[in-house]
Amino acid sequence: MDLLEQFRVAGESIRANKLRSFLTTLGVVIGVASVILLVSIGEGMRTYMANVFAGMGSNLLFVFPGKRDTRGSGHPPMSTTVHKLTLQDSNALRQRSLNIVNVAPLVVGGGRVERGSRSRDTMVLGTDAEFIVVHNLAVGVGDFLREEDVDAKHRVAVIGQTIARELFGDESPLGQPIKVAESRFRVVGVMAPKGQSLGFDFDDMVLIPVNTALDLFNEEGLTRISIKAANPSNLQPAIEDIVRILKHRHNNREDFTVVSQADLLDTFNQIAATMTYVLLGIASISLLVGGIGIMNIMLVSVRERTREIGVRKALGARKRDILMQFLIESVMVSSLGGALGLGLGSLIATSISAAVPEIPTRITLWILMLAVSFSVGVGVFFGVAPARTAANLDPIEALRYE
Amino acid sequence: MLIEIENVSKVYRMGENEVHALRQVNLSVDRGASVAIVGPSGSGKSTLMNIIGCLDTPSSGNYRLDGTLVSRMNDDALAAVRNRQIGFVFQTFNLLPRQSALENVALPLLYAGVSRRERREMALEALRKVDLADRAHHKPAELSGGQRQRVAIARALVNRPSILLADEPTGNLDQKVGREIIALFRRLNEQEGVTLILVTHDREIAQNARRQVEIIDGAIVSDRGQ
Repeated sequence: MDLLEQFRVAGESIRANKLRSFLTTLGVVIGVASVILLVSIGEGMRTYMANVFAGMGSNLLFVFPGKRDTRGSGHPPMSTTVHKLTLQDSNALRQRSLNIVNVAPLVVGGGRVERGSRSRDTMVLGTDAEFIVVHNLAVGVGDFLREEDVDAKHRVAVIGQTIARELFGDESPLGQPIKVAESRFRVVGVMAPKGQSLGFDFDDMVLIPVNTALDLFNEEGLTRISIKAANPSNLQPAIEDIVRILKHRHNNREDFTVVSQADLLDTFNQIAATMTYVLLGIASISLLVGGIGIMNIMLVSVRERTREIGVRKALGARKRDILMQFLIESVMVSSLGGALGLGLGSLIATSISAAVPEIPTRITLWILMLAVSFSVGVGVFFGVAPARTAANLDPIEALRYE
Repeated sequence: MLIEIENVSKVYRMGENEVHALRQVNLSVDRGASVAIVGPSGSGKSTLMNIIGCLDTPSSGNYRLDGTLVSRMNDDALAAVRNRQIGFVFQTFNLLPRQSALENVALPLLYAGVSRRERREMALEALRKVDLADRAHHKPAELSGGQRQRVAIARALVNRPSILLADEPTGNLDQKVGREIIALFRRLNEQEGVTLILVTHDREIAQNARRQVEIIDGAIVSDRGQ
């Protein structure tokens, strides 16, 4: 019996029970839509992270105080810190390794930035001139922090775009006095817009000389040291240099942690991948439920059409013909659901990223293929049992069925 | 000889009991014959009809249809034999309600692998034989009982079977329409040369066949008109 005719018969049967077919396949619609939605969010996050890391600069290494065994997750446990990372450590790294081109010490603090009656609570970073080189940043107007600002503990500040707008509006902030954490500073520059990256909003921060920051926050140690290696092949030697230099300075104890940008990216990718699979698993459950729904209705359909099956068999339909008829019907129902779910999921994913740009979604070909093959697979898997029931009916019994 | 049934028995198990639906039945039917199988309900005539129609196989004995031993065939082989050799006409018509008369008639051709265009032509031809060509695109619900049974007869004829096997074909029709249907069967048998096997409990209807085989308790008790 030709396949085209099988499809026509199946389509006819689906059309004859429009509402029932739709309700049957609703589980698959929801399942496929959620697979697409969740996986596209996961994929979007991954792409987003990759972009963030690319924008952060390349060939980066970070040194944190305290020793950790696991790589690149969370904050270092402060209690194990024996030696704090100091500005002298940072300078030593800058001077004693050929594999390192730039070093930026970093003290992270928070505080209120004020100008007259206007104020804003923001992040205050203490660093030095090399910060913008290491992190691929640019100054919009004015200057960045200079070496002599650090050495002389000048009270100068470079502010982000958001701060400039909040405190100064359309006025030029250059040379203007502001108060950072109750201390007077002079604005020497405004950063070019950069946006958020890795939880830092580069537009919403104040950068001051690292020495000044240590005094201001009454800190002795650095939060971290950012290091730029000459090129990717220098990364491993640079790590060895850092460990050697710092151990030497810390009484031969490795009480610090070196993390590479690649480690961080790997970790984020791992988290994102795990998330994607977990979400995929959850979405699969709804596909499973949808499949059971299809099986249920197909079994009802086989029962309802017992007589038809008997007639078809009496007229010469082989087991295979009946099996195919019902299998094609269930695959058609589930594929229909798959197609609807595909549209629905893509629509929701697209409108989410349109409405909330912070949640990027990305619909890739493999998600679509996965969703389509899932829905066809569901139809086949859950259609086999009802179709076999139909195919194995005894024609005499089936003809007698009321 | 079209139908050769030798020592055919059929035993069903009903829980602990064995039910002998047919006991050592012998029956031969020539091509072009018209035979009525008569008997009260439970006599075994339905079992005999199912075996002749290749819907069922005997527990023992041999059944040759057109020289081929069909009593040992598997389900799919039997399906192919039914498709090519047997035309069924049922008491309740058994038309598919969503399909038009033409599509219903073409159904056996679908399983015979006939092309779409040929199916259409052959189905129309069969409908013409039962004078229903003008109702080809009507659904069964739009046809009268007699018209439905004529569609069913056209469906039985469409693949040019050796045997037209009718099971109480007038059971759901009023007398007048029933007589028309019987007349149609006679015409098909006499003019088209189709072998007719008419299963009925009604002796009056059975008189329309040239030969009457009476079956009681699974055994043939009389065979007249041969």
